[in-house]
Amino acid sequence: MTDTLWLAILGMFVATYTVRASFIVFGQKLRFPPAVVQALGHVPVAVLTAIVVPEAVAPGGQMDLSPTNPYLVGTLVAGLVAWKSRRILVAVLVSFVVFGMMRWLG
Amino acid sequence: MPDRFSAAFAGLRDTIPLTVGTTPFAVIFGTLVVSAGLPPEMALALSAIVFAGSAQFISISLISGGAALPVIWLTTFVINLRHALYSATVQPVTKRWPLPWRVVGAFWLTDECFAVFERRLQTVGERDALPYYLGSTISFYLNWIGWTAVGAYLGNRIPGVATLGLDFAMIATFAAMIAPQLKALTPVAVAATAGSVAWVAQGLPYKLGLMLAALAGVAVGVGLDCCRRRMAVEEAA
Repeated sequence: MTDTLWLAILGMFVATYTVRASFIVFGQKLRFPPAVVQALGHVPVAVLTAIVVPEAVAPGGQMDLSPTNPYLVGTLVAGLVAWKSRRILVAVLVSFVVFGMMRWLG
Repeated sequence: MPDRFSAAFAGLRDTIPLTVGTTPFAVIFGTLVVSAGLPPEMALALSAIVFAGSAQFISISLISGGAALPVIWLTTFVINLRHALYSATVQPVTKRWPLPWRVVGAFWLTDECFAVFERRLQTVGERDALPYYLGSTISFYLNWIGWTAVGAYLGNRIPGVATLGLDFAMIATFAAMIAPQLKALTPVAVAATAGSVAWVAQGLPYKLGLMLAALAGVAVGVGLDCCRRRMAVEEAA
């Protein structure tokens, strides 16, 4: 384990623990301005989309918009099934099957 | 059997469906770390010290993509912001716990254990909440570490594991988490903005494109909220 990896872990621990401890440890004195709370509401969709899109359209850094890209097709299937059914686990399982068939059999 | 023990056991028992449900992800995570060329201790350290599934998965894709440390830390912080909401929700109950237990207990506040604990508070109430919480979280925590180790130390024995595409597990889960929210104009605009910026900016060094895209998405969301408020005020006037 290099020092950089340990530093990464240490910083991630701080970034995770301070958020979880915020109210439990520091109590009710903590207040966010309403504008911040409203902005925070958009964070999950923005961040998760920003992570997913590059991995889906360019897995491994190589742009691939063809219908034979299992990451792209699998991501679209996961999104579509979840959008229709609202059942995240089902969507993940179905997309795994599609991804697996394309990746390992195709 | 004292009430405390039966409460702790109830916590463990009520968490079992989620413990079992996250087990494959722990194995995949451990395997993914070694197949990305990182040491197996890295997988164990992340599961034991950070203990945040989605942030753990992202950190591996960031590290193997050559991200700068501040990008990794900031992404972790942003991904975990939702936990502040959980922290605020349980605060009226946890404020009666001794400080050392609050300090330790906060570490284990995951999505899964929060959901279980919240249901307990609504059905049974505050009685023996601390032992219940500890039974739930500690069993969940140990299971997560144990199966991470299985993936990290046995995963690389699977032939061709690096080409299996295990990183897809994270992408599929995230896509499935976002999609059900895309049923109103604002979240669709936020996702479209973040997605396009991430696409265009993916060549930027240190994975800075991720931060840029997230900021752009949130900015569009805040802008639309302001528009809607202004229209509502004008209509009322």
